[in-house]
Amino acid sequence: MSTVTDTKKAPAGERVADWADGRLGIYTLAKANMRKIFPDHWSFMLGEICLYSFLIIILTGVYLTMFFHPSMNEVEYVGPYVPLQGQLMSEAFNSTMHISFEVRGGLLIRQIHHWAALIFLAGMFVHMMRVFFTGAFRKPREINWLFGFLLFFLGMFTGFTGYSLPDDLLSGTGVRFMQGAILSVPVIGTYLSMFLFGGEFPGGDFVARFYSAHILLLPGIMLGLVVAHLILVFFHKHTQFEGPGRTNKNVVGMPLLPVYMAKAGGFFFLVFGVIAVISAIASINPIWALGPYRPDQVSTGAQPDWYMGFAEGLIRVMPGWEINLWGHTLVLGVMIPLAIFPAVLAAIAVYPFIESWITGDKREHHIAQRPRNAPTRTGFGVAWITAYMIMLVGGGNDLWATHFHLSLNSITWFVRIFFFVGPVIAFIVTKRICLGLQRRDKEKVLHGRESGIIKRLPHGEFVEIHQPLSQGELHRLTAHEQYAAAELPPAVDENGVERKIGRIEKLRVKLNKGYYADDNQVAKPTVEEYKEIQSGHGHH
Amino acid sequence: MSSQEIPEENLPAGQDTAHGAVMVADDPFADPGLPPHKPRIQDIDERAARRSERAVAFMFTLSMLATVGFIASYVIFPVDKIVYIWPFGRVSALNFALGWTLGLALFFIGAGAVHWARTLMSDVEIADERHPIAADAETKAKVMSDFAAGAAESGMGRRKLIRNTMFGALSLVPLSGIVLLRDMGPLPEKKLRTTMWTKGLQLINMNTHEPLRPEDVAVGSLTFAMPEGLSEHDHHFQTEIAKAALMIVRIQPEDIKDKRELEWSHEGIVAFSKICTHVGCPISLYEQQTHHVLCPCHQSTFDLSDGARVIFGPAGHALPQLRIGVNDKGFLEALGDFDEPVGPSFWERG
Repeated sequence: MSTVTDTKKAPAGERVADWADGRLGIYTLAKANMRKIFPDHWSFMLGEICLYSFLIIILTGVYLTMFFHPSMNEVEYVGPYVPLQGQLMSEAFNSTMHISFEVRGGLLIRQIHHWAALIFLAGMFVHMMRVFFTGAFRKPREINWLFGFLLFFLGMFTGFTGYSLPDDLLSGTGVRFMQGAILSVPVIGTYLSMFLFGGEFPGGDFVARFYSAHILLLPGIMLGLVVAHLILVFFHKHTQFEGPGRTNKNVVGMPLLPVYMAKAGGFFFLVFGVIAVISAIASINPIWALGPYRPDQVSTGAQPDWYMGFAEGLIRVMPGWEINLWGHTLVLGVMIPLAIFPAVLAAIAVYPFIESWITGDKREHHIAQRPRNAPTRTGFGVAWITAYMIMLVGGGNDLWATHFHLSLNSITWFVRIFFFVGPVIAFIVTKRICLGLQRRDKEKVLHGRESGIIKRLPHGEFVEIHQPLSQGELHRLTAHEQYAAAELPPAVDENGVERKIGRIEKLRVKLNKGYYADDNQVAKPTVEEYKEIQSGHGHH
Repeated sequence: MSSQEIPEENLPAGQDTAHGAVMVADDPFADPGLPPHKPRIQDIDERAARRSERAVAFMFTLSMLATVGFIASYVIFPVDKIVYIWPFGRVSALNFALGWTLGLALFFIGAGAVHWARTLMSDVEIADERHPIAADAETKAKVMSDFAAGAAESGMGRRKLIRNTMFGALSLVPLSGIVLLRDMGPLPEKKLRTTMWTKGLQLINMNTHEPLRPEDVAVGSLTFAMPEGLSEHDHHFQTEIAKAALMIVRIQPEDIKDKRELEWSHEGIVAFSKICTHVGCPISLYEQQTHHVLCPCHQSTFDLSDGARVIFGPAGHALPQLRIGVNDKGFLEALGDFDEPVGPSFWERG
């Protein structure tokens, strides 16, 4: 630090830093964060993909706003794309054509924007699964889990409002679907639709309204959530997997400066580079092939972007129930999918709170669990994904039918049944696999690693030699926590007075047993078991 | 019993083994602490380190070249140049060149940085302590007393009149914002119940823009029509066609199973709303043999020979039929509007 009495001037960089520190306090910030430790695991990079694709979307989106006209005024196309010349289209479609055919690099930026959006949503989905299956949502990270969930949820609607902007035949059909779904809302459906579209569908307002939601409202909220998400990641410090030297009270890894600066900063460029190459070779949303939106026209094989496929599936496979009573219509066939869509998503959002209620565990957890060591949760997660994926199949039932030469009606019935049955099967199978893997770990700890070396004993028997594990490996495979199943207290207390146990508590204990009683987890090997086996034959 | 009172023995033992705990002879599962650092080839061999340095620099150089290539492509390739490139087919030369050069320029910065971090930067693992997130009792006590002091000084609790009127004002003021939303759109009224169709409007062929004669509608063909007087240049064209779009087929009168349908047809020519009653997609697929039409969006299937009732899929009710006849000039005309709302169902539909 330079003072008035200094004879030598500090280097320029340091003087700039001094200047900033005097105003922003950057040295205090840097002291805490410059050498912050981040643990390393390939799966911790999934969140980074989301962050970087989000940045790429913002960068390219700003560029696109300079050319896009969010207006539904009808104009005649006079641009260079011959097949559409003379056609009537909205200015929104026309300006998207202009970006794609006349702005140099405009098509590339449009394609990067759209590809990055698909990757952003896919990244968030997989990142969320990583956090779910490793239990990284547990205290103190429940709120950050909700922030992440909100980002996924808002991301879907930002994507939807975004791909609706060009006002092409495909996206207009998607908007019509949304409007039809809004109409099904009891009592206020028609009002919501009129207010959203400024009158009857399609009207002349929705592109401008979607535009303000797509470029300002939704990304503004998301940017705030992303910042909060990252601040909490720094504040909580990242979770880590079990291993020698890694405990619940420390975090082992490499420092932010220089290793993570280089790795994470470099990874931004890798993600951006890969998306740019994809956008060079793979066309996305070729609106010129689809044409401008007309409410009386449609193309076959209409599909939303993948993250809306779940909602699409629900709406496709739901039977067309309608109840007409007292001069009113309850459109169950559309309303129920409209309600299941957020309900299924909310189920995963609130899971951390349900699990912490069941376990009754209020401690901090900084160790990422291996999915096998939480079989019931892993089962639920796989069941959830199964339901989601089955609905994706439902959302593309026409494509499954045409590509695999199957009956569309059978696929629809398959989806209707397996939306309910599939998750149950997935839960049971997953739990079995997890328990099997736990037994395998136990076996490995107690008897050692299979070496592949076959030994023939003097009396002719063949045995495989098992090699003992290193202490680090023994520790890694036995360090995970195991809960004892909860028990209801005795019906009468020590004074012989009847104890009142609420029904909610009874339910909690029952669920807790489902998680941790007898067959629902494999007891970790104990030191005694280990010693007995090791001191005995030496091998098995 | 609330969950706070969970007996300790049900919780697993915490993972409190300190970093680098000494191996306990008695416990083979004890934490041996961080394994010793294994040096990489670059840590011990300066020549290997130099090789890594050159590799990183090479990647950064490739990135620079790619950026030069990007600028050159921007200048060289006309925006409308289409070229054939195997296996991508016919692609825009400019998009292809810009995407690859930008992609490589970015990728090699990333690859260089990651290679640098992995081979040349220290890979010694460091352990940092964690600290509990929750504040200690002393901090909490200080905050509580500060808050109590602040609350007391404000007089919130004592001067209830101020408090209550403030809550009142704060809860009313957002109403202004809600009221302002009123002009987002008109009230629904009967807008969704009516379409442009009225008695005497001729059916205009969507493709030829000519009025349709009965003989124009052949058996097995699917014809789309709109009302006379509607033009694609009209300001409200999109909104009107969203309700008025019509599909017309000819069925042998004896094949029409629904009595009313037959009555509302003209010599077996029937006109149904083209807008699906599910969520409003235009129906466009027609199977001549069975007279089934299919909505390509969500696969609702309707039987046009039986009052357009739903035979498969998520639609909740039949397609509305338009009653048609022939005027004195021999053209097909509407004999009124649909007698029920077209398109998706809604609460007031009844």
